[in-house]
Amino acid sequence: MEKRKEKERKKQEREGGRERKIKSDLVQAVYNRIYEIDESNGSQLLFKMDHRLRLEMNGDGEELTAQETALYDRQIRVWGADAQRRLSKAHVLVYGIKGTIAEFCKNIVLAGVGSLTLIDDRPITEELLSSNFLIPPDENIYNGKTIAQLCCDSLKDFNPMVRVFVEKGDLSSFDVEFFGKFDVVVVSCCSRSAKKLANEKCRKASKRVAFYTVDCRDSCGEVFVDLQDYKYQKKKMEETIECHLKYPCFEDALSVPWRALHRRMSKLYFAMRVIEKFEEVEGRSAGDVSDADLSNVLKLKKELCTAQSLNESHVPDTLLERLVADTTEFPPVSAVIGGILGQEVIKAISGKGDPIKNFFYFDASDGKGIIEDISDSNIGN
Amino acid sequence: MASSIIKDAKVLMVGAGGIGCELLKTLALSGFSEIHIIDMDTIEVSNLNRQFLFRQSHVGQSKAKVARDAVLKFRPKINITSYHANVKDPDFNVDFFKQFNVVLNGLDNLDARRHVNRLCLAADVPLVESGTTGFLGQVTVHVKGRTECYECQPKPAPKTYPVCTITSTPSKFVHCIVWAKELLFSKLFGDKNQDNDLNVRSSDAASSSKNIEDIFEHSKDEDIGQYGKKIFDHVFGYNIELALSNEETWKNRNRPKPIYSKDVLSDELDKQNGDLDNDNACGDGFSVSAMSSLGMKNPQDIWSLKENSRVFLEALRLFFTKREKDIGNLSFDKDDQLAVEFVTAAANIRAASFGIPLHSLFEAKGIAGNIVHAVATTNAVIAGLIVIEAIKVLKNDIKSYRMTYCLEHPARNTLLMPVEPFEPNKSCYVCSESPVLLEINTNRSKLKDVVEKIIKAKLGMSLPLVMNASNLLYEAGDIEDDMVAIYNANLEKVLAELPSPVTGGTMLTVEDFQQELKCNINIKHREEFDEEKEPDGMVLSGWTQPVAAAENEDKSVSNGANTSDAPITEVEKSENDDDVGIISPVKKRKLPDDSDKSNTADDERHHKKLQVIDDEDDLVMLDGNLDGFKKRRVS
Repeated sequence: MEKRKEKERKKQEREGGRERKIKSDLVQAVYNRIYEIDESNGSQLLFKMDHRLRLEMNGDGEELTAQETALYDRQIRVWGADAQRRLSKAHVLVYGIKGTIAEFCKNIVLAGVGSLTLIDDRPITEELLSSNFLIPPDENIYNGKTIAQLCCDSLKDFNPMVRVFVEKGDLSSFDVEFFGKFDVVVVSCCSRSAKKLANEKCRKASKRVAFYTVDCRDSCGEVFVDLQDYKYQKKKMEETIECHLKYPCFEDALSVPWRALHRRMSKLYFAMRVIEKFEEVEGRSAGDVSDADLSNVLKLKKELCTAQSLNESHVPDTLLERLVADTTEFPPVSAVIGGILGQEVIKAISGKGDPIKNFFYFDASDGKGIIEDISDSNIGN
Repeated sequence: MASSIIKDAKVLMVGAGGIGCELLKTLALSGFSEIHIIDMDTIEVSNLNRQFLFRQSHVGQSKAKVARDAVLKFRPKINITSYHANVKDPDFNVDFFKQFNVVLNGLDNLDARRHVNRLCLAADVPLVESGTTGFLGQVTVHVKGRTECYECQPKPAPKTYPVCTITSTPSKFVHCIVWAKELLFSKLFGDKNQDNDLNVRSSDAASSSKNIEDIFEHSKDEDIGQYGKKIFDHVFGYNIELALSNEETWKNRNRPKPIYSKDVLSDELDKQNGDLDNDNACGDGFSVSAMSSLGMKNPQDIWSLKENSRVFLEALRLFFTKREKDIGNLSFDKDDQLAVEFVTAAANIRAASFGIPLHSLFEAKGIAGNIVHAVATTNAVIAGLIVIEAIKVLKNDIKSYRMTYCLEHPARNTLLMPVEPFEPNKSCYVCSESPVLLEINTNRSKLKDVVEKIIKAKLGMSLPLVMNASNLLYEAGDIEDDMVAIYNANLEKVLAELPSPVTGGTMLTVEDFQQELKCNINIKHREEFDEEKEPDGMVLSGWTQPVAAAENEDKSVSNGANTSDAPITEVEKSENDDDVGIISPVKKRKLPDDSDKSNTADDERHHKKLQVIDDEDDLVMLDGNLDGFKKRRVS
């Protein structure tokens, strides 16, 4: 008996050791900078490529053009030619364009998606201009045009192989059929109820529509991901394995009781919910809060924490203060969040690599970029 | 957000490539208004997928200048100064660096990174360093006296291969690529005067090396088709037969199969001649292509042995008919289509002979060109993180400095992992002025060997000066003619016979005025060196050496530089590829673990502790020892 336990323990240690070794290799690998592809790296690359070529034979057979191969050379080396082909057939919709979405749009237009549709009917304001590199600060250019139109003009220029369109209307005015035309829908700058509604419509569409929300305030950012029932491939050691993930919709994720979440849950998750709720009850549009609202926001936080039986220390006042006082986007954070979101959308379209499930948080004040899984199936884990 | 600290800051950016474009944009949006940017490169098509400030119409223009103009379009009121120049130019001296509050690197090669590190140390300007590969990236902060400098940690040396693996016993496709590129391609189209292991090894059995030499020589009146066939048969047929005759080699290996052109191409050889005049479709220079003249289109296709053979002969023919003036001074260039075609075909034919799977041109080009894959998203994330660190540096918020890693497979749930910076390494010869120890045979090694193999290659000095006490032995750079003669004479002398003799116990002082770096080298005389393990005939120690990646059996060949007498330990990579920085974590590297510290052991590194920033109740300590991070929970 003792011996078996001892054996068990040793086995665990070994496995733990291996995990640590892998992690230490990883940290070491990241730490050191290698300037040449060496032998083992080369063979990894070859493995990837062998795999890719096999996929291609089973694929739809369409080849990339010489122009595409030349332009996308460096990224095809990252994700393979079949992923590039899938990208070129994908249709992406974004709603609500501030700095972070501008970053995201740039990233996926460069990556070479099939089309990008922009919706944002707002006229230019100082704030919208300040974080958006797609709009030249010249009244002669932007007068009379909406944000979406102006961004469209710039984005078209980034990659002539991507079609960029503008649609008009409020998010709630679009029906299921409309959302069903896209493979990816990303919404920003809108209320909690508008997000929920759009998410529901995407889920009702006849094919799978990947749904994302993104919000950046002060030096913090949040991304929500709903890939519904999602199958993908990833490489584990030398093998490619099939994975399967089930995502909750926005509403279901939010209805997971706070108490049920793990102890180290990102404080930003709670803080964002408090502010979202505040904007909802006050009938404000997204981001329409200021210092003056702080005391009411803190009051609401207390109520929510009590209702959810959550210790208030999980939602620090200082954090809420930051989020309320400065709702403008901080460009470096927009770059980070827009980059992560772009990467996630590319993963979802290509069906390759572990996607985020289902929230991502970044706070420049501590520099951590954290994935949180908030879903029913995860309760108690 | 644009506080006066940001607005008033003067920033130097080095590199306007993948990270550079993103960085310049994010700096401008964040309120920086005095930015200088240096980049020696011009724009290429393969940059456009991520360097979003550039368009097709900009191909061929200066990256720094076009990036500046593009950013001024959406932030017209800020000042951006661009330099289309090499950061190693003497104009960018310590005084130049001193005018900046912070320097931000978005570089693609070790050499320039080391150079900028030294200038930042000399000028006492903080440096934020970065790199990306695929989905991986990192940002580090280097502040003199506060954190480690860029060179406190060892940098892995590029992979090299033993010559015999390349010439006789390839087992991987990359070996075939290195053979095709470094040996065959150089032999046929490169500098004829350079030593080349192709003939050395292929004539191991034969005493008539003169004969072999003749085979590669193309005489004016020789039919090019016949010549190509002759080369083909020699390198893929005769040489393999010769190698097979050495039974010892194949005891535990699969025997290769000789390949002759007549067997592969049979009747087609005659047709090849028929194509001779059909060259109008091909242009000049880099646009000449065997693929297009043979009507092949898709670079992703894997060619059959027959197709490879046709490409081989056609590429050879095109070099001799269309690129004749280049022959004799070509070296492999990944942007030279015909060179890539030739190397792909040659590597594939060799691979076929050795039973190694064949590869497409696209793949072969990636391996031969050491192409580092790159995507826009990682660069954007990394640029954001650089700006966050730069702002902390400007605020002098030392406690908050972080090195951040962008991971592909999150460790636990962390995708962006901040880590506290290391302290300076006390044994670092760059930032701690710690002396190094050189073991050398002072009666045999020349001053030249020390200057080339140690001072330039290992210590990374570009214009060194060497002194023995107060006697000047050597100085590089702009000096008077009479001194040049003296120094050149010194270079050829063995150490012990120099005007002021260098023997065991001598301390040499080397200095690079541009880098303002001074380093003392203690000399220790040693009679014998292991030819295999110490091919330089000298050993440098006293600081953490690069992890030797070479399988040093005898001489070695690297994938990326000319073959010469010495194994290449540090390959300068200053081509246009950007964003080189780190490696894929899935890649297995030979890391010395605890039981084997022989190579890189440097126990002094134990003093460092690296703390992963994590929640209060779950601290994770990482040991900073580079023998591998050991995770330890602290309760």
